[in-house]
Amino acid sequence: MISNASKMATDSPRSPSLWVPKTVVIRKITPEVENVATYHLAFTDADAAASYRFKPGQFNMLYMPGVGESAISISGDPESPELLDHTIRVAGNVTRGLTQLKPGDTLGLRGPFGSSWPMGQCVGRDVLLVTGGIGLPPLRPAIYQLLKRRQDFGNLHLLYGARSPDVLLHQNEFDDWKRSGLTIQKTVDRSVFGWKGNVGVVTLLLERLHSFDPSNTVLFCCGPEVMMRFVARTAFDRGLTAEQIWVSTERNMQCAVGLCGHCQLGPQFICKDGPVFRYDQIAPLLTVEGL
Amino acid sequence: MSGKPRLGVFKFASCDGCQLSLLAAEDQLLGVADTVEIAYFLEATSRIQPGPYDIALIEGSITTQHDVERIKQIRADTHFLVTIGACATSGGIQALRNWSDCDEFVSSVYATPDYISTLATSTAIADHVKVDFELRGCPINQYQLIEVIQSVLAGRRPRTPVHSVCLDCKRRGTVCVMVAQGTACLGPVTQAGCNAICPEYNRGCYGCFGPAAQPNLVSLTDQFSANGMPREQIVNNLRSFNGNSPEFRVESDRIQAEQDGEQ
Amino acid sequence: MTLKEENHSEENLPATPHHEVFVAIDGFALLFDVLKSSGFQIVGPTIDQDAIVYDQIDSVDDLPKGWTDVQKPGLYRLNQRNDDKLFGYNVGPHSWKKYLFPPNVALSIGKKNEDGWEFQEAPDDPPKLAFLGVRACELAAIRIQDRVFVGGDYVDSTYQKRRQRILIIAVNCTQAAETCFCTSMDTGPRCTDGFDLALTELDDGFLVEASTPEGKAIVDQLITLEVTRKQQQSAELARQNAVDQIKKRMDTTEIRDLLMSNLEHARWDEVASRCLSCTNCTMVCPTCFCSSVEEVSDLAGENVERRRQWDSCFNLEFSYMNGGVVRDSTRSRYRQWMTHKLATWIDQFGTSGCVGCGRCISWCPVGIDLTEEVAAIRKDAP
Repeated sequence: MISNASKMATDSPRSPSLWVPKTVVIRKITPEVENVATYHLAFTDADAAASYRFKPGQFNMLYMPGVGESAISISGDPESPELLDHTIRVAGNVTRGLTQLKPGDTLGLRGPFGSSWPMGQCVGRDVLLVTGGIGLPPLRPAIYQLLKRRQDFGNLHLLYGARSPDVLLHQNEFDDWKRSGLTIQKTVDRSVFGWKGNVGVVTLLLERLHSFDPSNTVLFCCGPEVMMRFVARTAFDRGLTAEQIWVSTERNMQCAVGLCGHCQLGPQFICKDGPVFRYDQIAPLLTVEGL
Repeated sequence: MSGKPRLGVFKFASCDGCQLSLLAAEDQLLGVADTVEIAYFLEATSRIQPGPYDIALIEGSITTQHDVERIKQIRADTHFLVTIGACATSGGIQALRNWSDCDEFVSSVYATPDYISTLATSTAIADHVKVDFELRGCPINQYQLIEVIQSVLAGRRPRTPVHSVCLDCKRRGTVCVMVAQGTACLGPVTQAGCNAICPEYNRGCYGCFGPAAQPNLVSLTDQFSANGMPREQIVNNLRSFNGNSPEFRVESDRIQAEQDGEQ
Repeated sequence: MTLKEENHSEENLPATPHHEVFVAIDGFALLFDVLKSSGFQIVGPTIDQDAIVYDQIDSVDDLPKGWTDVQKPGLYRLNQRNDDKLFGYNVGPHSWKKYLFPPNVALSIGKKNEDGWEFQEAPDDPPKLAFLGVRACELAAIRIQDRVFVGGDYVDSTYQKRRQRILIIAVNCTQAAETCFCTSMDTGPRCTDGFDLALTELDDGFLVEASTPEGKAIVDQLITLEVTRKQQQSAELARQNAVDQIKKRMDTTEIRDLLMSNLEHARWDEVASRCLSCTNCTMVCPTCFCSSVEEVSDLAGENVERRRQWDSCFNLEFSYMNGGVVRDSTRSRYRQWMTHKLATWIDQFGTSGCVGCGRCISWCPVGIDLTEEVAAIRKDAP
């Protein structure tokens, strides 16, 4: 018997190429903290702009011709996709190359790709957003959505850690977010003169957190794998189950569509099955060294 | 600052072949020449300017006390130092002297050995000064060299592969000479960069680009032995253009010791 | 009569056997003319570089007439046969994936003009190819790559375009190599589907079976005879000979769970001491699909091309990301390859990634045999 896939291979109409980026122009660059800036991008093609929609937690492949592509999560408001925010830390060749660009310059974009934060799960429940450093931008679209329909949700908490106070991101929006009904607690690994906030790892904030109902809570976590494991462990201590926790994972994403093999983690293609996973789907894989 | 980054090309013990690769890349070189100021490149121009240099390309190995002093000065004068070729990155074919009696060579080759002042070893530049990037090959691949220069100018990490020669054989459709013909081939432990040229012409790989990332020398030489290759020949295979690279050296010394132990 | 029917059922014939005709060896050359006049370039087996490889062929003379091969772990040698069989060999170093998933292909091009960058699909007009000599395990491999490249939410257009332009002429195996284990993977040696034509080679010609209108159209232009009872019997014997010669076995019982529950097994360290991490197994594998994209740019950096190249999970840089390399040891890379091929592939694509062709065994320079690795893990799995 010819399999369905083989039938599709031989019979179906030719599919458009997944590999051709759309042109985007840099409208604005907002410096955030050292080595981090938010690039506000817009499609040059009206049709591309009109058809583009993304969900919180998804990412784009940003392309600097001659240098390469890099997977960057979208950090802006999903309901305002006419300007696509990407908050980028300088880390590799592409992100370093981006620092040499200025407003008006163009680059390529493929996307959006990947799974998203399960916003539907948040309705009627308390929501804990636990993150560190550059892990906040992938959660920012979710924050916008939660605050836009604030009445649909229970208590909303952002627990945010960073190396030091000067690298906490998006602080200029924190007052707005608080006014809109998000409780924000910050912590830093290293205190500096004048810092009145918490010192220590972000799991300490979770240990001490009041005003949430563990049986009716969802937790979104984005950060290094080791942090996510400790956050999950603390969440279990606080009475959450793995089915209430979602994490955003990272691997070497290149094609973004599960065809190049680079980002595999066990059975998962992080690029298309992830990056957002319910914790029980991914937890056993995160503890195997070098998987 | 004149605005353009200043490039210096320096030679130590070597055959000049790597510098010639640079000159042979005429079109690309002209493009690069527009973006840099060539401050020191004796192979191309006799006009010499003193440091500092933004980028230095170093060809050749360290074989004399004078070399040792000179490379230290170049390092002090240079922002980004790139070694190019097997001599500079591992000591080159002349590092064979490291396993021999150098004084004996000198007295048998030269009429007046007293005039010769040389070290007993040929060693890589990185054994003497900090190296910012090593570009392998005997000779180097000119496209990789252009990539390195362009990357350094753009502040990028150069994209030069560290995978084995085997991958390139397979990409171009070359049948494995080791499996199909029993030819000893260093391809599985050698870094790509030559586009797998020797197996394409029915030869085993000579290891011109030095060890690949995390090479398993012991397993490969075990297989050479199992295919009937005498230990002496395995040692000779390993001790060639990159014989003094740490991975190849450790393995050839191990096999040599095994052989010596038996005798 | 009753006996013969029993033989039939033992031979695992397809549920709907297609009508077979006989093409005499003298008439076989006509196939090449018919394919060419139908607009196909023919690719098939030919001798090059001391092996039977797949390449463009023009006539019967290019086929490896009278040649065969001997294969063992880490060894492949050509040998002369004592007859003039055209397809009397086992699968070799190449696979058909090089035509459907080329080792190097342009994906997109970009051009910078005064308004900035513009991108478009790279020009790509692959020829119509007739694959001549596709074995059952290779049909299975094509089916698997179909699932990978066009069976999911994202369709790879470069693969799809090539796939839609091929005609598959399969050949039933009449012998097997020491490294073959298709019977363990349930992929052969009999060609049952996924082809346009299937041949069974006899001493004096071929039994030819068409399973598609395209295949039938080719057969209609050949000089054919009705198949005699004797020819039918000879064909069955020849095909059975392949089954009988397959000695290698891989026990696939619960293999997914076996491997995934033994990710810290000591055998991974043991195999890592032999594995060269050289990528050969992944390159010769007819289903491995890993790739990387390379930027090709002119000097001014205003015309760029993105090219996809075969890559391998055995490469150190393959799992590189900011923050380090994920699979930083040969142990973790071999484990990734084998668990993907035999276990997680099932999660991802609903099928094993292994077809039992044995290429990874023959073409491993140090002769690592994945069936032995599976057996070793199974032997002392907790």
